[in-house]
Amino acid sequence: MGELRLMKGNEVIAEAAIRCGCDGYFGYPITPQSEVMETLMDREPWNETGMVVLQAESEIASIHMVHGAAGSGKKVMTSSSSPGISLMAEGISYLAGAELPCLIVNVQRGGPGLGTIQPSQADYWQSTKGGGHGDYRLIVLAPSSVQEMNDFVELGFKLAFKYRNPAMILTDGVIGQMMEKVVLADYIPRLTDEEINEKYGSWVTNGRKHNRQRNIITSLEMDSVRMENNNLRLQEKYARMEEEDVLFEEIQCEDAEYLLVAFGSSSRICQKAVDQAREKGIKVGLLRPISLFPFPKKPIAVLAKQVKGMLVVEMNAGQMIEDVQLAAGCSIPVKHFGRMGGIIPSPGEVVEALEQKLIGG
Amino acid sequence: MTEEIIIAGFGGQGVLSMGKILAYSGVMADQEVAWFPSYGPEMRGGTANVTVILSESRISSPVLNEYDTAIILNQQSMDKFEAMVKPGGVLIYDPNGIIHPPKRTDINIYKIEGTLIAAELGNVKTFNMVVLGAYLKAKPVVKMESVEKGLQKSLPTRHHYLIPMNLEAVQKGFESLELVQAV
Amino acid sequence: MELKDIINPNNLVYEKPKLLTENTMHYCPGCSHGVIHRLLAEVIEDMGIQDKTIGVSPVGCAVFAYNYIEIDWQEAAHGRAPAVATGIVRTNPDKVVFTYQGDGDLASIGTAEIMHACNRGENMVVIFVNNGIYGMTGGQMAPTTLLGQITATTPNGRDAGRNGYPLRITELIAQLPGTSYVTRQSVHTPATIRKCKKAITKAFQAAIDKKGTSFVEIVSTCNMNWKMTPVKANEWMVENMFPFYVPGDLKDSSKNDPESYTPLKN
Repeated sequence: MGELRLMKGNEVIAEAAIRCGCDGYFGYPITPQSEVMETLMDREPWNETGMVVLQAESEIASIHMVHGAAGSGKKVMTSSSSPGISLMAEGISYLAGAELPCLIVNVQRGGPGLGTIQPSQADYWQSTKGGGHGDYRLIVLAPSSVQEMNDFVELGFKLAFKYRNPAMILTDGVIGQMMEKVVLADYIPRLTDEEINEKYGSWVTNGRKHNRQRNIITSLEMDSVRMENNNLRLQEKYARMEEEDVLFEEIQCEDAEYLLVAFGSSSRICQKAVDQAREKGIKVGLLRPISLFPFPKKPIAVLAKQVKGMLVVEMNAGQMIEDVQLAAGCSIPVKHFGRMGGIIPSPGEVVEALEQKLIGG
Repeated sequence: MTEEIIIAGFGGQGVLSMGKILAYSGVMADQEVAWFPSYGPEMRGGTANVTVILSESRISSPVLNEYDTAIILNQQSMDKFEAMVKPGGVLIYDPNGIIHPPKRTDINIYKIEGTLIAAELGNVKTFNMVVLGAYLKAKPVVKMESVEKGLQKSLPTRHHYLIPMNLEAVQKGFESLELVQAV
Repeated sequence: MELKDIINPNNLVYEKPKLLTENTMHYCPGCSHGVIHRLLAEVIEDMGIQDKTIGVSPVGCAVFAYNYIEIDWQEAAHGRAPAVATGIVRTNPDKVVFTYQGDGDLASIGTAEIMHACNRGENMVVIFVNNGIYGMTGGQMAPTTLLGQITATTPNGRDAGRNGYPLRITELIAQLPGTSYVTRQSVHTPATIRKCKKAITKAFQAAIDKKGTSFVEIVSTCNMNWKMTPVKANEWMVENMFPFYVPGDLKDSSKNDPESYTPLKN
């Protein structure tokens, strides 16, 4: 077993990055996630593992630095919060178009605009449906504990390299600022240049080698037929993600008559709500999508045949509910309960909403 | 057993670090713990609060609408959190700066003269440790030796010389808790 | 004498650099990009660094630069080439990285990225092709368009009140302590082409020696969008651009203190 620590979610992101053999972090300060870069700068991983940490001049520069380093086959990442992710949208689209692997952490805050620094889940659409221009998808993982903040760094990189696609950890100030016990992973050494050439030599731009053709990384293709083929190849890749890498958790669903659907911090609140509702005699379960893209459509479709109704609980005006409704079909009511503006719903409010919107109605 | 605590007061009173030491003490006693602070501009002089949960089993929500224990260190926090103590639960407060003492009749209420005691100890910064000691008298959720280990773990090594002084404050608080109302 | 007697290695006086690909260039006849590409290919070949050089191409006419030189390339978003290059060189410090950028890319949309990369002194080379106009999008005003110059978005000439002033970004760059070699060149005569090649060589050597950022501005023509013949465009450049964009070295830290630079006076 690895080392046990009590840590904040944001600090764990930094620690996990160092330990998983990350080659570089490029970022720009923004609340509520500045502890990620602060922890990295304090840890000085360049002395320990050789990991590069650079405070860029903007989120725009950060994400394009990630592009450059990812294009040379390096395991690199950035982190930000909602307004910063909007600035990165350009670069994220380019990364997806050029099929480069990287990890992006979004510790969400309330919006739109400058909004609030308090927690929110209002970037669900931005993360799962685009955000930048063009037909592309990110692999989106939603941790609900500090332990998962740790685990999803390596998992995010693994999936990013499996598909040559950017992966995102979508979290918020609740998980980012919370301290919990965490078992840290053991150190994985960074790849050497030889290992990178051996694994990724067919696409990396780290200097043309004698034994390979030169590589070009671009998302540009002026020929429409070839560009459509590029799009089709991306779509095939996204379909493969939906086949192979859907992640979710079911809590007390076996005998459930009602279902809560929630991700990230909301799912923690809903776990408590499930307990409180069951004390009142309401048989309710919780489905927690862990991968928001690929979305767990199948388990929701299966549970739609079992339960009398679903309540989607999100810290937004109703975003994931559209995916739940599509998966559940029209046979049962699918309602939404959300708070916005940085207000975190309490378990009691969730039970009340369940009673009012589904059971009473 | 699960103990859900809110600690609330002014920024600068050591609310967050008191919660942190309690959380570390829980870790040392092999419990599951969660520490969830209010964050942002409140950190600088306004109200600050932290939820600490200690449990034998997996912790669900770090956001709560009712608490087993509320530790209340200013009037604003009293106004906000008195109503959120579970019936039969515990409310501990420092009367310093409290204009409207708690009125609930269905909860256990204790007083701790933390501000005065810390001043008597000669270091007002030990205030939060006095309050922690008082809490541990009312709710012995962790042993004193776990608190010592928690302090060692949460304080940087260069501050370890402060541990004996802090433990003294914890002990003083432990001895000074006053029962106001029992149910 | 037959053709095969003429085409004979002994008679060879000039050849295509090995690093230039067989791809037909998309540049307009008379454009400076072709000459600059050739110089880059020659320098990289002469220095023997083709196996460790990565180019970053811009958005603009040179977006396809990667089609013409036989090295690894990344294509950056508009203006972001210095950030992309930073990412490469920071995680691959033993590699040689250069950006190739036009005036719209570098001095307008990418101003923040170029200033900060240069200010951090990233060990890389910047090739800045300044022709005072947006070529790829069809001849709109650039940050470097001269006052009075006619473009698609300044049909009556650039007016300071409406459009602001032309930007001498190289003068700003030269003041940044992160830069080691900052120079302004051109490629309109055989002599200036030879001089420019020396400057590019020096810039690459400085990056290899980890002296910080080297910045080579090449004042260029866009005869197509300037609506002139190539010869006339060269003359117009000498008469109108050189008085404002004065050729010469602005900073050479191998001679001077890295923080000192020489303002070029007409």
